[in-house]
Amino acid sequence: MIKGLALLAFCFLFGMLCGDLLGLLLGIEANVGGVGFAMIYLLLLKEFFEKKGVWTEEFAFGIDFWNKLYIPIVLAMAASLNVKSAVSAGILALLSGILPVVLAFGVFFILINTIKPQ
Amino acid sequence: MGLIFALLWVGVLTWATDILSKKVFASKIPGSAIAIGIALVFGYLGGVWAEGKQGLADLPLFKGLAFLGGSMFRDFAIVATAAGASFILIRKSGLLGLVSLILGIGVFFSAGVILAWSLGYRDAVSLCTLGAGACTYIVGPVTGGALGASSEVIALSIGTGVVKTITVTILTPILAKKIGLDSPGAAMAFGGIMGTSSGVAAGLAATDPALVPYGAVTATFYTGLGCLVCPSLFYLLLNWGLG
Repeated sequence: MIKGLALLAFCFLFGMLCGDLLGLLLGIEANVGGVGFAMIYLLLLKEFFEKKGVWTEEFAFGIDFWNKLYIPIVLAMAASLNVKSAVSAGILALLSGILPVVLAFGVFFILINTIKPQ
Repeated sequence: MGLIFALLWVGVLTWATDILSKKVFASKIPGSAIAIGIALVFGYLGGVWAEGKQGLADLPLFKGLAFLGGSMFRDFAIVATAAGASFILIRKSGLLGLVSLILGIGVFFSAGVILAWSLGYRDAVSLCTLGAGACTYIVGPVTGGALGASSEVIALSIGTGVVKTITVTILTPILAKKIGLDSPGAAMAFGGIMGTSSGVAAGLAATDPALVPYGAVTATFYTGLGCLVCPSLFYLLLNWGLG
């Protein structure tokens, strides 16, 4: 379990470091894409370990635990935000949640007729 | 103590919404989307009761929610979800999978930014966060957290993502036949364009359960790619576009 957790922690920290460096490089005071970098590292390392045959249940468990905590954490986050001030702009959440989806159905229709799936 | 109480609260909420999803919505709407919607309602009530800026977490008993739902745990858990994806599978989805991912993130982000702009938002950080929220309810807060957006804008971006999940869930089985969503390849492209994993999974399950794993392959990548490009490339483009 702790091996998987350590691997996850390594990917996370290394990804955040890259995000900070990229932010510095671009002159923005922000972590730029650190989460995305970390996800890519975890994917690559997992596939590397699998190829080497050292990826065990133990590894998977430590990571899977956090994977499953993800929705509960989002719940805690949603309940601790300044929702009251956001409600006045709630119409935006409705519009942005519905209109782009309708548009995307159209894009899907065009795409599927342009590139035929195998 | 606060953190432990937060775990209890989150667990009870998940349990209750699971039952609600099965009994009232016949499993048609994903339990996670309902749960996040209810959590936002609690955030609102907390704001009314405590008159603070941290929703329910401003009540002493619920303080732990801000810690559990803070950026550190959130980003850590999101990274862990990448272990469920696989490059080998995404390679199998081929050109169509790749094109659909790029188109999907591009379409949702730009549409989200344009709508936010037309409702009066003008700063690049808020616009970027709201555009990211139109991608998924995860990409929104990750982007907003990285760029330092206000709590109010982040709440709005989550709300947008939740509405999106529900819209995809409802529209998918209705439109599937008309748009040619009937093969594994098409399901992969669909997952890449729509992105919201829970919405795609629930929508495909109501269309044809055999398609669910194919849609999930690309949808898992969508969040990762969104977290990568929204606070970086897209933010820079927005900043440049706004002068």
